[in-house]
Amino acid sequence: MVRTYLLLAWTWTRAAAAYPASFALLLALGCATAALDLAAILIIFANTTSLGGFTREEVLFLYGTAGIAFTLTDLLFSNLDRVSAHIRDGTLDTFLIRPVNAWIQIATDRFVPARIGRVLQAAAALGYALAALDLDPRRLWMVPVMILSGVVIFTSLWTLAAALQFALVDAPEVSSAFTYGSAQLAQYPFSVYGRELVRGVTYVLPLAFINWQPGLYALGRDDPFGTPGFMRFLGPVAALVLALLAALAWRQGLRRYRSTGS
Amino acid sequence: MTMIELNQAGRTFKVKRRTVHAVRDLTFTVAPGEFVGYLGPNGAGKSTTIKMLCGILTPSSGTVRVAGLDPSRRRTTLARHIGVVFGQRTTLWWDLPLKDSFELIRLLYKVDRKVFAERLAELTATLDLGPFMSTPVRQLSLGQRMRGDLAAALLHAPEVLVLDEPTIGLDVVSKAGIREFLARINAERGTTVLLTTHDLGDIERLCRRVMLIDHGRLAFDGTLDDLMASAPGLSSIEEVVTHLYTAGR
Repeated sequence: MVRTYLLLAWTWTRAAAAYPASFALLLALGCATAALDLAAILIIFANTTSLGGFTREEVLFLYGTAGIAFTLTDLLFSNLDRVSAHIRDGTLDTFLIRPVNAWIQIATDRFVPARIGRVLQAAAALGYALAALDLDPRRLWMVPVMILSGVVIFTSLWTLAAALQFALVDAPEVSSAFTYGSAQLAQYPFSVYGRELVRGVTYVLPLAFINWQPGLYALGRDDPFGTPGFMRFLGPVAALVLALLAALAWRQGLRRYRSTGS
Repeated sequence: MTMIELNQAGRTFKVKRRTVHAVRDLTFTVAPGEFVGYLGPNGAGKSTTIKMLCGILTPSSGTVRVAGLDPSRRRTTLARHIGVVFGQRTTLWWDLPLKDSFELIRLLYKVDRKVFAERLAELTATLDLGPFMSTPVRQLSLGQRMRGDLAAALLHAPEVLVLDEPTIGLDVVSKAGIREFLARINAERGTTVLLTTHDLGDIERLCRRVMLIDHGRLAFDGTLDDLMASAPGLSSIEEVVTHLYTAGR
């Protein structure tokens, strides 16, 4: 599967290399829109010293970790959100006649390498936060772990949203609410949100495990909502459970398509 | 030994709470090396049959076997044994040059590099692909694109080739080229071919056997001569087919 993924992604990268100007433009555009998100945070901190009880550097740490996970997923798998377009114009049928997993073919179709710019921007924000924060080195192992489980959680969300499009062929926007909405939510410390919302994105849709819960551990902070300490380590578990659900939903969606046609 | 085998295959769709039988009780076999024309008016169930043959659609009743496999259960395995061409849409990558599409197919189907080079050279010569090998697929003319699609469907040397209206919209010269090519691979390689088309010239020129489907049922199955003999007094294939299409209403 990895081989097939790399093969297809590389083919599209080569195709994109034929248009270097377009590549540069997309790269710049991606960086610019990502910079706006960052600017919003910096503007807030021009007027206050703390947001939801967190300093500027701590917020940038949370922003950076969620940002890397989200932009990596956006780069690698976000084309999954085009399922309904593939159904409507019949290209899904052409994926299904090939001896290769359909999920990978959809994820890599028109792979956009220029999205790497936003990954670098998020990495820069995290790099700055790490340099400024002076975190406990014995807790730093959590950073790669949370980024990895974040990628798995976002990819699962995208897959769930894509599976939903098999049922809602006419409303692909509904699924964007999950994917991009989740990413927006995870940019800020969860202490700025209401208790009910945070409960929902902890126990129902496990967004809190992307950066909030593991981030509290890395920052050496207690949870202002008072959840027990072991929850800081549940990120990989939540990611795995969600991935399993997403895989089941995807299978079901594809089965539905193959038994309804269109 | 059969290449394609349908036994009481049926397929229903739910349309606004009504059940529509796209295909019902379809039973036929196709032997290796046969060249079969699959005819029927619009909406008769031709595309539904083809989608069941390549595993895109799961039959709602009966069984389907292609190259000894159940298409809906063994779809990705079957993909290595079957070549599919949709005349209405390309299976090539729209933004990639033709030669990159072919290379990608080589890698996806895991065809040995040397074997692939030989096949591609042969297909390039017989389909005259050379002049537009480096052109992105979206810039190809319909005739060029169809030749590219045919080559793409044959690069993994499938035993069965399923063609859904491959000559639609083509000019007479392109059509003749495609027909000649299809006759040749059927004769030389022994590839089994199932061809749906609305162009009766394709059928006259290529198919020893004709199947006619109407309202989801098989209305005729026999040789071209049998087809002509089924309606005495009518002299052209157009007249016979028109007669059969309208007789079912």
